[in-house]
Amino acid sequence: MKRLTTLTSALVALVSTNVFAEYGLNMTEGVTSVSRNIYDLHMMVFWVCVVIAVVVFGTMFYSIFAHRQSKGHQAANFHESTKVELLWTTIPILILVSMAIPASKALIDLEDTSKADMTIKITAHQWKWQYDYPKENISFISNLAQSSKDSIKGDKKPEHYLLEVDNRLVLPVDTSIRFLVTSNDVIHNWWVPDFGVKQDANPGFINDAWAKIDKIGTYRGQCAELCGKDHGFMPIVVDVVSKEDYAKWVAKQQSAQAAVAASANKIWSKSELMAKGESVYNTNCAACHQKNGLGLPPVFPPVKDSKIVNGPASEHIKIVLHGKAAMPAFKILNDVDLAAVITYERVAFENTGSIVQPADVKSAR
Amino acid sequence: MTTATATIPHGVHHHGPEKGLMRWIKTTNHKDIGSLYMWFAFAMLLIGGALAMGIRAELLQPGMQLMEPQFFNQLTTMHGLIMVFGAIMPAFVGLGNWLIPMMIGAPDMALPRMNNWSFWILPFAGGILLSTFFMEGGAPAFGWTFYAPLSTTFAPDSTDFFIFAVHLLGFSSIMGAINIIATVLNMRAPEMKLMDMPLFVWTWLITSFLLIGAMPVLAGVVTMMLTDRNFGTAFFDATGGGDPVMFQHIFWFFGHPEVYIMILPAFGITSHIIPTFARKPLFGYSSMVYATASIAFLSYIVWAHHMFLTGMPVAGGLYFMYATMLIAVPTGVKVFNWVATMWRGSMTFEAPMLWTLSFVFLFTIGGFSGLMLGIAPADIQYHDTYFVVAHFHYVLVTGALWAIIAATLYWLPKWTGKMYNESLAKIHFWWAVISVNILFFPQHFLGLAGMPRRIPDYSLQFADFNLISSIGGFAFGASFFLLTYIVVDCIRNGKPVSARPWKGAKGLEWTLDAKAPYHSFNTPPSRALIEAESQHSA
Repeated sequence: MKRLTTLTSALVALVSTNVFAEYGLNMTEGVTSVSRNIYDLHMMVFWVCVVIAVVVFGTMFYSIFAHRQSKGHQAANFHESTKVELLWTTIPILILVSMAIPASKALIDLEDTSKADMTIKITAHQWKWQYDYPKENISFISNLAQSSKDSIKGDKKPEHYLLEVDNRLVLPVDTSIRFLVTSNDVIHNWWVPDFGVKQDANPGFINDAWAKIDKIGTYRGQCAELCGKDHGFMPIVVDVVSKEDYAKWVAKQQSAQAAVAASANKIWSKSELMAKGESVYNTNCAACHQKNGLGLPPVFPPVKDSKIVNGPASEHIKIVLHGKAAMPAFKILNDVDLAAVITYERVAFENTGSIVQPADVKSAR
Repeated sequence: MTTATATIPHGVHHHGPEKGLMRWIKTTNHKDIGSLYMWFAFAMLLIGGALAMGIRAELLQPGMQLMEPQFFNQLTTMHGLIMVFGAIMPAFVGLGNWLIPMMIGAPDMALPRMNNWSFWILPFAGGILLSTFFMEGGAPAFGWTFYAPLSTTFAPDSTDFFIFAVHLLGFSSIMGAINIIATVLNMRAPEMKLMDMPLFVWTWLITSFLLIGAMPVLAGVVTMMLTDRNFGTAFFDATGGGDPVMFQHIFWFFGHPEVYIMILPAFGITSHIIPTFARKPLFGYSSMVYATASIAFLSYIVWAHHMFLTGMPVAGGLYFMYATMLIAVPTGVKVFNWVATMWRGSMTFEAPMLWTLSFVFLFTIGGFSGLMLGIAPADIQYHDTYFVVAHFHYVLVTGALWAIIAATLYWLPKWTGKMYNESLAKIHFWWAVISVNILFFPQHFLGLAGMPRRIPDYSLQFADFNLISSIGGFAFGASFFLLTYIVVDCIRNGKPVSARPWKGAKGLEWTLDAKAPYHSFNTPPSRALIEAESQHSA
């Protein structure tokens, strides 16, 4: 008997949630009240299902074992019982009601976004995320990290392969944050499992979700709605920092953005534009037009020898700013980045276009 | 109806089928058309399966090894479309064609020429769908759910061919459904009451009403796509005053009944096979009928549980959660009735029974994950992950497909007059049932650990389970070569059987000759025969 108890407790320990979590078998408990509610609900329903399964499958397998012809079992002939039917209609209804009560509470709680201390606007683009801090006046774009892009076809994968970005979203700990989620093209979905936040980003509409994160750390997620070719390559990385560090980060971002704005007023040299342009191109354009500028015709035309790229700069700026057919609008990039990338496209790949200054872009907006 | 007894003017049925290829093109015979449906479905199953092998090969390890992401999306899209519209649905229509006239004591289907047409649309629709692979820009790559605007503004040109193919498939399904309703209501033996009908007939009758309700909605949504793409409308484009979420509402108003279209006939099949091999009448016949009807009704009012994350208001979330949970009740009743049918029976385990028992077990696992997915807050973490992929493959592969295979083996002796090789069939069963679980069970863990579905490449923590799943996938795929051999071997070399090869089997079809005659019942069966062969007679 004692042995049996040890065995049982060992089994319980084996299937206990901690072990599941370590091996990536189970849902994360996460770091928000919402994600913990979801986790508890998930485990509750899971165990209810296990109990029902044991009863139903137990009966079925006992019957398969005991009531077989090879054991000489004679078939009975009963085939109807209104009482039994009522019983196994009523019991499941009661079980369902008992599950529905906590589920309703959790649903009502997670839909309530009125108690937010700050707001982040998330705009999805094919295939990157744009984060806006409306009050702090910060805005940036977050792409899949170059280290991941470079190793997609290689054998050596970096740590956090496909789950690393160039610019991380930074959020303060212990703050109620409201996320406003929308999209610029197709439907995407912003999902960070540890926050219990997964919200469709619908073009032309704004959805909201909220999170109050309890723990400083780095949290990773992915786009969770098929959004085209590079759906698997638009991860989310969030750094949750202390409130002091967050204030420092905000100040740093604001001065950096001011510097960028200032640099838009100076005249850039060709080599400066080309250097910056190459990195902007590889981040924003290479997914479709390819690193070598040859594109993926017929859907994604080449940049090399293109009429637009080798023609007047104003047409080229217009298309990059406002998009055309499958090409998205890039007015989300700042003037310097746009001038640099347009110059890069016009000069690299043996093209013969003119260089473009930030001021040209500014006046074309 | 007494037409079944009337002499047939030209005595056509005495001649039997025409010779050669034209027999199959011109046939109006329910058995010929049933066979055509079954072979078409099987061919599509193999094609769809080959696409799935491509998917699992790319997912074998992290990184892109074999294809570009866009082609991967084409594979997942076409795999889903072909399996749903090309394999599972036609297979059930084929079974319905073969079995319903025999089960209700009729000579043939009520509308035989339309029957021919509704089949012969299919190869063209399937051909158009498959031809998109060879078009500029490639096949549709927006998932089998084709959410706008990915499927409108951002889709390849081949999308218009996809829309045309879906329209054709819809015509075919609606005609098939009308035919089944007309047959069941008009051609039934005069002495057979509705509540005498075998459950396969009942489930197909109810399924037909789901088809008639759902398929026109699908036709509507693809037509709206067509005009959005080509004629400047903006149904699903917010910049023109439309709404992309409306697409999902219309799609799932078709899509959820569609799910039950693919499973209700499977419930019917199960309700035939378990009593046969348990040697006991079906437990709770009438509650089975009522449960099927309740599931069909509920299937129309739960569609938005696929859309909990679209920004639905709380009241909507609560309603769709409650309605969804309610489906567990009639579905549970069915499972309990099957177990009660087994209880104190005298069971044997021939291949059809093995497939059916594993259907009950594995489908119920899919039902449990379905219940979990129905809990709206928890769905936040499950939605669009591999947990969903695992769920719907448990209900569609080890659910619908399992029942189709069980039915094929169970009625093959009646169709051919010959018996399949039982030991090979058992080997095939164990091979398939083990590999399918290696394939799909780890996907539950992948989903819970956070792997989104429809991604061609994944981060390193998902590598182990994907490897296991792919190995299971290849083994499962290979098992279909053996199934092909078993069926062909039965048709060519099977040992002749008696009219009732399964001793415990009941049903009018078993009163026909060992190999069912070209026209099933030229004189309707008597009341006494109907009662003796009824599923709920003692």
